[in-house]
Amino acid sequence: MSVAAIGQPVSRVDGPDKVRGTARYAADFTLPGLAHAAVVQATIPQGRITALDDSLARSAAGVIAVISHVNAPRLPYRPFQDRPLVDPQSGDQLRVFQADRVLFNGQPIAVVVAETLEQATLAATLLRVTYTPERAITQFDEARDLLKPPPASASKPTDLGWGDADAAFAVQPLRTDSSVRQPNEFHAAMEPHATVAAWDGDRLTLYDKTQWVDNDRDEIAHVFGIPPEHIRVISPFVGGAFGSALRTWPHVTVAALAARVAGRPVKLVLTRRELFSAVGYRPLTVQRVRLGADREGRLAALIQEASAQTSIYEDYSESVVDAPAMLYATANMRSAYRVVPMNVNSPCPMRAPGTATGVLALETAMDELAEAAGVDPIELRLRNYAETDPHKNLPFSSKSLRQCYALGAEAFGWTNRPPKPASRQEGSQLVGYGMATAVYHTNRAAASARATMLADGTALVQSAASDMGPGTYTAMTQVAAETLGLPVAAVRFELGDSELPKAPVHGGSMTMASVGSAVQAACLALRDKCRSLGGNAEGIEGYRALLGRHGLDRLSADGQAAPGDEARRFSMYAFGAVFAELRIDPELGTLRLPRLLGAYAAGRIVNPTIAHSQCIGGMVGGIGMALTEQGMWDPRFGRVMNASLADYLVPVNADVPKLDALFVEEQDPHVNPLGVKGLAEIALVGVAPAILNAVYNATGRRIRELPVTPDKLLL
Amino acid sequence: MQPFSYSSPADPRVAMAEAAVPGAEVLAGGTDMMQLMKEGQRSPRHVVDINGLPYRGIAVTAEGIRIGALTRLSEAAEDQALRQGWPVVVEALEASASPQVRNLATMGGNLLQRTRCLYFRDWATPCNKRQPGSGCPALDGQNRNNAVFGGSDRCIATHASDLAVALVALDTLVLTEGPNGPRRLPLADLHRLPGDSPQVETVLQPGELITALVIPASAAARRSRYLKLRDRASFEWALVSAAAGIDLDTGGNIREARLAVGGVGTKPWRLPRIEQALIGARLSPEALRPVAELAGEGARPRNGNAFKVELMKRAIVRALLAAGEVT
Repeated sequence: MSVAAIGQPVSRVDGPDKVRGTARYAADFTLPGLAHAAVVQATIPQGRITALDDSLARSAAGVIAVISHVNAPRLPYRPFQDRPLVDPQSGDQLRVFQADRVLFNGQPIAVVVAETLEQATLAATLLRVTYTPERAITQFDEARDLLKPPPASASKPTDLGWGDADAAFAVQPLRTDSSVRQPNEFHAAMEPHATVAAWDGDRLTLYDKTQWVDNDRDEIAHVFGIPPEHIRVISPFVGGAFGSALRTWPHVTVAALAARVAGRPVKLVLTRRELFSAVGYRPLTVQRVRLGADREGRLAALIQEASAQTSIYEDYSESVVDAPAMLYATANMRSAYRVVPMNVNSPCPMRAPGTATGVLALETAMDELAEAAGVDPIELRLRNYAETDPHKNLPFSSKSLRQCYALGAEAFGWTNRPPKPASRQEGSQLVGYGMATAVYHTNRAAASARATMLADGTALVQSAASDMGPGTYTAMTQVAAETLGLPVAAVRFELGDSELPKAPVHGGSMTMASVGSAVQAACLALRDKCRSLGGNAEGIEGYRALLGRHGLDRLSADGQAAPGDEARRFSMYAFGAVFAELRIDPELGTLRLPRLLGAYAAGRIVNPTIAHSQCIGGMVGGIGMALTEQGMWDPRFGRVMNASLADYLVPVNADVPKLDALFVEEQDPHVNPLGVKGLAEIALVGVAPAILNAVYNATGRRIRELPVTPDKLLL
Repeated sequence: MQPFSYSSPADPRVAMAEAAVPGAEVLAGGTDMMQLMKEGQRSPRHVVDINGLPYRGIAVTAEGIRIGALTRLSEAAEDQALRQGWPVVVEALEASASPQVRNLATMGGNLLQRTRCLYFRDWATPCNKRQPGSGCPALDGQNRNNAVFGGSDRCIATHASDLAVALVALDTLVLTEGPNGPRRLPLADLHRLPGDSPQVETVLQPGELITALVIPASAAARRSRYLKLRDRASFEWALVSAAAGIDLDTGGNIREARLAVGGVGTKPWRLPRIEQALIGARLSPEALRPVAELAGEGARPRNGNAFKVELMKRAIVRALLAAGEVT
């Protein structure tokens, strides 16, 4: 019996649990004797703690322990042989309560453990902390200008290029020179970061919000100098993360340390305000792009330079200049990425890290070049279409960007675009259309899974993967069901437990490619095992009979999948095209987005319903990046002042237009066994530049600083 | 959160007596208050929950419309009489917060909501309103949402209520009861300018409760509109708003105007001079713009909110034109 499950619009298998409220997130776990923790954060950006008086806090009702650098156990912080993939590759991670130094405003400097959350929270306000402040680096522009030149990132190579871009640029008949600045952006996931930590002798269990249970375990093992096998991390549900739960932040150590000192299980839930400095964010980035082309708009020179903030203790860098190195065919290219250390907590990946940023600058510059060349923006992109990867000199495993442009333009009605800026007015509103290219690299990593046939003919499939919302539970169930020849309802997939077969990070749009391939491998192995027992058992009845015949209560098989040499043979990316229509009232500065449409070519689509949902969700993130989201920074305090969901504005329903996502069918035999490219990140890429380009089309004005708020649109 | 005692008296006199005790605070809808208590900006020793008091309901009276202070924003917004006779109030309500918040927040409590100034809201920075004498970082900091009218060198925090802007334009009376008996005071006199003591926000005495609002009926109230401009389309306070009500003469010119602006003042900001200057004006952008220009007088913008002055003038013109279209 063959069951087609892959490619079917299966409803979320975890949906009922979420709707009923029975899905358990980190903070939902409770244990006998559970105590509660509240963190104390530094209120200066740089200096030393000269006195920390915790006597009032200690004598407050219900307080079990107050831990700070004064009394905290020295933690080994064993050096890593290989740094975790999700940590910055140079610098030193922030250590919890190990010294009197303050490196940023919001740094955890103490924790109070009490019988109740209310008691812990109150006692945390009773600490009297005296600082000796030191001069802090809190002004990005000033800090960047002092660094002559700012350093290249030590974490990854970011100065790419070929030919002589500067010389070529100087002699081109068409030249654009544009800049764009974006503020830091926060993940603002609905679920706060939370950890429940419980020790049993020298064994630790963590119920944590994480996108990677295996790495969470490894990082805490290094901090405490204990074997990873002594730690178990459980994280069955993640309420949105967008990258903020990739690495293991200091608060996880705080919770584990608090539990050890208190001798009790401890729950630590960060408050919304604390989250803005306790976990990372998309860094403030300033970019300049220079394009040189012939009169027809054919690129001869592409220069893209970026500088972005990092912390003074870690070198966080992201692939901002990846897209300019592969998106267009040009004989000369030069890119540079510089980091500006500041007294901030370290930035971290946020959905489409680096790429969304780099594409923002490149695709708004391409819009300017189209204008200069007098050609339609899509035509300009087609004239510069890269048939092969110009940086890696490799063929693309598949590239259907032409079809994305065509499908998107057709569905959107691109031909109705006002040909000239500020040329269409309806009532008090100017109408504008804009488009941009989207791209995201296709990666995969080694993963493993276990498939178990149960005596009742249903299957249990497991991997230490994560599902922060994109539908891992559902998609893996589909892959398993189809491979085993079972109905979807007869397969249960479990994830989020470090005791399960190892899985890679739930990030970089590679869960489907990596874990999906491992699930497929495990299920194939299980099927073969069943077949070797005789017969061609498929379907619930077939499997039940088979196991019954052999007197088995279960039958398991493990499967692994790992990248081969495909990355050496091919350049692998998902592509897309994003289209926006907007209406601006130039007198009042109001902007409305009636429509946003993306056309994506991302390999095989495992579940069209969830893929569509994934894409329109990413688009909403792009709307926020373009129109509403910004950390409002006060350099005097080194502090984000709008650290609440009332003041840090993510789009609400009324901001979100008619969204649509279309898929170009693509069969890519090279990327991975499933032929999938991943969809998470690409859906955010290209949205902000499409909107910015539409703003120009509507008004004739280039906005060079995000977000596009009403004051910037007043004409 | 500091421990507190809690009571929910059914007798107004008990509530007033309890609320008059230093350290006591009143809880109505709680939509703002609970957030402030959780983060420690307010730390009452005793919370008097007044939801059991008989201050709820809407009635049309000889004076106009009387709305009990505990009436929920959503109830008021659905009231047919209010929709007919005072549309600017309904529009201001519908532009406030979110449906969930409006189901809980009260008409009286809305007038007493605390400012959205980022420094008031973040306990880790100084704020003269929160900690008198500690300083005002908003003056030279992130002051995009701060006021251009009515500020002092101690405070430029905006009064955030949309409802209050609409109400103050319509000469609304605030009815109170307190240990010293009942009072009727114009809404325009309820809030104080920050001056040297921004921590004192209203003229209410300890234990004094708002019991009802009375909005007079008028032709200008009936022909009225509220325009709110903000950074996102919903669930966000105003950058600038304008409440406009007009009465037209037979020639279509303005006979009488009511005008107030939001997002720009340290209290709900009425513009009586503009109201006077509008009398006799034609309802056209060309005729209204020069009058709106006067609204900028006395504005003291800072680095982050200077755009509000021009935006306010444009909002005034738009709101007046929109009011003219009310049939």
